[in-house]
Amino acid sequence: MSNSPSENQASIVVQGLTKKFGDFIAVDGVSFNVNAGEVFGWLGPNGAGKTTTIRILLGLMTPTSGSSFVLGLNSATQTKAMHAVVGYMSQLFTLYGDLTAAENIRFYGMVYGLSNSELKLRQAEIIHMAGLDGRENVLTSSLSGGWKQRLALGCAIVHRPKVVFLDEPTAGVDPISRREFWTLIYAMAKEGVTVLVTTHYMDEAELCQRVGFITQGRLVAIDTPSRLKQTQMRGDVLEISVSNPDEAMRALKAAQQSRRLPLDEVALYGAQIHVVTPSAEEYKEAIRELLNGEGIEIRSIEWIAPTLEDVFISSVNAPRLRGQA
Amino acid sequence: MLERASVQEHAKSSELAISASGLTKTFKTRRGSITAVDDLSLQVSPGETYGLIGPDGAGKTTTVRVILGLLTRTAGESSILGFDSMNDTYEIRQRVGYIAQQNVLPADMTVMENMKFFAGIQGMSKQDQIRRIPELLEFAGLSNFTGRLAGKLSGGMKKKLALACCLIHEPQVVLLDEPTLGVDPVSRREFWNLLGNLRAERGLTIFVNTPYMDEAERCTQIGLIYAGRLIARGAPAEIKAMVPGHVIEFTPTDSTPALRRISGMEGVFEVQTYGERLHVFVDDVSRRKPEIEAALATEGIAHNELRPVEIRMEEAFISLVQRQNQIAAKAQAQSSNPLAWKAASGGVS
Repeated sequence: MSNSPSENQASIVVQGLTKKFGDFIAVDGVSFNVNAGEVFGWLGPNGAGKTTTIRILLGLMTPTSGSSFVLGLNSATQTKAMHAVVGYMSQLFTLYGDLTAAENIRFYGMVYGLSNSELKLRQAEIIHMAGLDGRENVLTSSLSGGWKQRLALGCAIVHRPKVVFLDEPTAGVDPISRREFWTLIYAMAKEGVTVLVTTHYMDEAELCQRVGFITQGRLVAIDTPSRLKQTQMRGDVLEISVSNPDEAMRALKAAQQSRRLPLDEVALYGAQIHVVTPSAEEYKEAIRELLNGEGIEIRSIEWIAPTLEDVFISSVNAPRLRGQA
Repeated sequence: MLERASVQEHAKSSELAISASGLTKTFKTRRGSITAVDDLSLQVSPGETYGLIGPDGAGKTTTVRVILGLLTRTAGESSILGFDSMNDTYEIRQRVGYIAQQNVLPADMTVMENMKFFAGIQGMSKQDQIRRIPELLEFAGLSNFTGRLAGKLSGGMKKKLALACCLIHEPQVVLLDEPTLGVDPVSRREFWNLLGNLRAERGLTIFVNTPYMDEAERCTQIGLIYAGRLIARGAPAEIKAMVPGHVIEFTPTDSTPALRRISGMEGVFEVQTYGERLHVFVDDVSRRKPEIEAALATEGIAHNELRPVEIRMEEAFISLVQRQNQIAAKAQAQSSNPLAWKAASGGVS
């Protein structure tokens, strides 16, 4: 990452960020950059420090140590200037249910001090973007989840921010609306807007250009989804198809518990079983022997590409395992 | 328009763990009536993990409540273990575990007190409790948290405690209404691993509602529900196979003109945007790939390599819903009955 103020200058810079609440370390020495126009996924289990990081970035909370910058503005000391150029949307869709869609947009526009002509323009643009043409005057409380979500995004970007923080923006929204929402995210990115998004949907994480995994306050991996799958997965995933998956599951679980085979995970996936082993090549035959010994008919044992969820769980569990050792 | 992957017919309904046929639930509102569940039929065999999968408001919760006998049905039939949902509620309660969507465990009671409370409700003897409770806490990974207040548990642990409580009376069937909603991916995986263990070790029949399409892969059979109707059912692989064609994925520099150019092409069934990527459903990958590449080249649209990818459950769902909507739109155009499309305009969860 270059430090010169070039075109590629990072929109978000986080340096050695730490936040302690008493003895509890919510964020622990986290550093990363997000480039201009990038769609960056900020992922981690509940309580990992995701939202705390966002709050510090937005200047709503002061860090214990370290610093963060958004568009070169220090989150802690230049908060007001920074708020003029960032947008924030939380999973709560902070909209007024008793205002119409258009009124919500105007309200947020006025809060940001938009001129009358700009307000008019933005209202029309956002209504169109949210697919609310013809529903401008409908009370927000009676809109469906997908519409509310797109309207909330519109209100968050009414002042044309250059950086947008989206904290679980798709929670509780149906798959079709989620898909449309991601099309909107990429439309913004195409115009140079930087997007930092958190989500519990791993299929959405796949859509990010780059993702960072945070667990127990620490950044454990950061890269493109495809590279993370190549570099961060500890072990191989094998998909086992057998005549009787329940019986095979019991046999594999027993082998895992007795440590006859080194299996990090044994899990039923419908008619298949997925196991995670340190090496597919090394243990494939041993698994075959085990199942044959139990008289279970094997249809196939195949290495499969890990999903981002597999990688995420592997990354998140690794520090725990190290802690136990 | 029910797609049927499995043609296998079940001989007797009493052999089924859960059965519904023509199940319909209509709610009366001030504006008229809403059909939340519309002529729904499903069969779940013992030991199966059945996922009822669909977006919010599709009718999942209503379906489960009607099957459990918590709501009266408007039409059709349903039963659990051969017991009628409406007439045999006592028998059902003895043999069935249930986690409601807004499941509330008394927050000011510890994990252990919660377990004893639910054991008491089920009329379990002290001896049975002494045997059963530690076993369940061990299974749910809560043995070290027996003294913690339920209100102080993490979201994932609350769900595990709810599961342990609903298993206290050793039910043969459990119905779980969105048990993983709002839980992070790690806890979600752990919860499903527990369900997998229950299936393998005890042959428990599990019926799960979920809005997470990827959880379909954990089920043996699934039903996709949309606007109160089952639009497809079968094993996860069978559902995916219902969507015609194969998927080619690529990322164009500008998706709008690329989408416009490819959409009408011969052999292209549909194009879905997937973030910055496009997913093109084609009849024949080896034939259409060079054609698409050529079309993009003539338009001067740069792109990365086109590669075939496997269809995902969510894409199958979107595709099947869109097909359903087209059918509904046609029916609406042909029908003079204004009530004919009411189910498609959105149900109640």
